Amino acid sequence: MVELDPDPTDGGGATPLISFRGVRKAFGPKVIYEDATLDVFAGETLTILGGSGTGKSVLIKMLIGLLRADGGSIQAFGQEVTTLPERGLLDIRKRIAMLFQSAALFDSLTVEQNIKYPLREHHWGTEPAMNERVAEVLEMVGMEGSQKLKPSELSGGMRKRVGLARAIAMKPEVILYDEPTTGLDPVNVRRINGLILSLQARLGVTSIVVTHDMDSCFTVSDRIAMLYERRIAFVGTAEATQECDIPYVREFTRGGKGTLDADVV
Amino acid sequence: MRAFRALLADAGGVAVLSVQAFFAFFRSPIEWAPVLNQLDHSGIRSWSITALTAVFTGMVLALQFAVGLESYGGSMYTGKLVALGIVRELGPTLTALLVGGRVGSGFAAELGSMVVNEQVDAIRALGADPIKKLVAPRVLACIIALPLLTMLADAVGLFGGLLITMREVGVTSQFFFTQVTDTLGFVDLMHGLAKSVFFGYFIAIIGCFVGLNTTGGTEGVGQSTTRAVVNISITVLVSNYLLSTIFVAIYG
Repeated sequence: MVELDPDPTDGGGATPLISFRGVRKAFGPKVIYEDATLDVFAGETLTILGGSGTGKSVLIKMLIGLLRADGGSIQAFGQEVTTLPERGLLDIRKRIAMLFQSAALFDSLTVEQNIKYPLREHHWGTEPAMNERVAEVLEMVGMEGSQKLKPSELSGGMRKRVGLARAIAMKPEVILYDEPTTGLDPVNVRRINGLILSLQARLGVTSIVVTHDMDSCFTVSDRIAMLYERRIAFVGTAEATQECDIPYVREFTRGGKGTLDADVV
Repeated sequence: MRAFRALLADAGGVAVLSVQAFFAFFRSPIEWAPVLNQLDHSGIRSWSITALTAVFTGMVLALQFAVGLESYGGSMYTGKLVALGIVRELGPTLTALLVGGRVGSGFAAELGSMVVNEQVDAIRALGADPIKKLVAPRVLACIIALPLLTMLADAVGLFGGLLITMREVGVTSQFFFTQVTDTLGFVDLMHGLAKSVFFGYFIAIIGCFVGLNTTGGTEGVGQSTTRAVVNISITVLVSNYLLSTIFVAIYG
């Protein structure tokens, strides 16, 4: 049994924008979370670290109701998410956007149609207004002029950027990044990290980044949360990870990728 | 026992999905464009395979009846039997099996890939309902398309039967047509078409259900595709008997 960080919610007395309290989740016999507790504050970039297959993405998918928690409480903007029906989640999903690991662009639609998808669903405005918004968000991710392309014509990094453009189209207050740099070459990794930083600066959004990429983690995060043994075992700044009394946390964040990968695989 | 329980769970899941799809479709705004799109993909593009199957089925049916009835001196009745066999049974059933294989497996593969690529999650995350966007238009399109394809199969099947009956029995086309119109009533036609409505529904809802419940990445998509074809074929064949029993009891 690992000793929990005494105060995993460490936020200097501010009210959290998003909070997880004692969250439980299992898929059949496989328990993912036993008692996960975490607070996210407005304007910060929080990274959730953890080995592959430990269910990091599950946490953010529960936040927007794509997966349902088995127990505990998840609050966003003061609203309890776990008990909201699918229709009631619409407002939450408008305010919290997600960039999926695979970008999850719709293959049958062009880049432009992909970005207009959420705009149409939420009755964003007239056709010219939507066109303008599409151009605007594509410019933000450095993909201007790609409106008429199909996802199959894009590289992995470009797909991620278009996915990000689609996510920010509705002007969300929170962006969830599910493994944003996984499977990308170093140039694209840097580009995506840069985008996460610039979007936070330009839009003032709160970001939750799920990753096991240490470079990315140290580049973008204000705080780091470490998932270990089915709960959030540590929350703190990058420097604080090295003083953590859980050896696994120190090891994971030291950037000792060799040991890390062996452990994960 | 476990297989039986799994079957019940699947049947329950299909029933729930049907109800959800029904209400999702009628929740405003009603979207017709995806229905038309699916009608084109699933219905219109299935006409050639339907016609090809039907013409050869009509031909072989005529051949077998002509030869088989000869020893009883009944070759003259070939046209009547071919007409009944095609319109009541083989037209709707073979069309459903073929379209089920072509379209139902396509639905399972398409929706299955969308599930494993997180696109179904993305639809929800972007504020839309995957059942309204994906399932409802497919079910409606198949319910419309199957009776139309069945009518095509009936017509082409009878034409195939006509060719072979003329050659084997030596009747005129006029004689064949008189036989067909004398034998077939409105009830016979409706018997086949009513069944095809059900078949269309089964093909779409099972294809979508299997697709949406895909797990296990690319390999899972392959398994879903196979499972959809098997489940659709079994459902079509079993329900064909049950529906025929009911229709025969009601209309004769």
